[in-house]
Amino acid sequence: MVTLTHYLVLSGLLFAIGLVGIQTRRNVLMILLSIELMFNAANLAFVAYGRAWGDLSGQLIVFFVITVAAAEVTVGLAIAILMARTLSTLHVDEAGRMKW
Amino acid sequence: MTGAVWFYLFGGIMLAAALCVVFSRQPIYSVLSLLVAMFCLAALFVMLEAYVVAALQILLYAGAVLVLFLFVIMLLNLDREALARLRPFTLRGLGTVVGVLFCVQLIPLLSRAASGRSLAGVPAPPGTVADVGRLLFTKYLLPFELTSFLILAAIIGAVTLARSKQ
Repeated sequence: MVTLTHYLVLSGLLFAIGLVGIQTRRNVLMILLSIELMFNAANLAFVAYGRAWGDLSGQLIVFFVITVAAAEVTVGLAIAILMARTLSTLHVDEAGRMKW
Repeated sequence: MTGAVWFYLFGGIMLAAALCVVFSRQPIYSVLSLLVAMFCLAALFVMLEAYVVAALQILLYAGAVLVLFLFVIMLLNLDREALARLRPFTLRGLGTVVGVLFCVQLIPLLSRAASGRSLAGVPAPPGTVADVGRLLFTKYLLPFELTSFLILAAIIGAVTLARSKQ
């Protein structure tokens, strides 16, 4: 019997893996990928809650989360390209100043 | 009972793929593992009867976002050492500890899962395109319009940032 708690625990585990990724990897692209994992954990929790309460709003919020994630990835990857071009590194510890 | 089997199958594959994303040395493998995780998550969405969201998950994440990641990783063409540097024994090992503790805290919840809110008794919300679209253009019209501003700002920001200076 799969209950709401199962989905929420799965979502929490996914979020924790993303958290570990952000705090252990020092590469910009890896950090962005870990952020994507955390976004997806939030999406899973939203859909599971919407399903458990019979409310469609949970699915709609996922649309907005996906949109925000796409915008975030676009700008983040642009910053990563700029970093690789000007500083010739993707290591976040070596990029202390985010200005041109 | 078959639903539980599929849940554990897809959930297990998703967690394994997520671990591969975080701990893979090659960034290409990380992105491809994230693709696997996205597909498993879409399967979970289908099990939750959120069909539109599942389709969008594959179309938008797998089709757009991850392809963008692959483009950038191949475009930057960095060597392997510069890309993947995992140092678990420094202060950042604390991050791992925090994440693991977070996981451990979730385990007692599972013991209470049997008394949790069952999904079988509740009628599923109608997740067809027509229902979702109707709600999107009535109740959530203002946030929907505001996302266009967000995307516009992201486009302008990305073009401005990634443009070459000369």
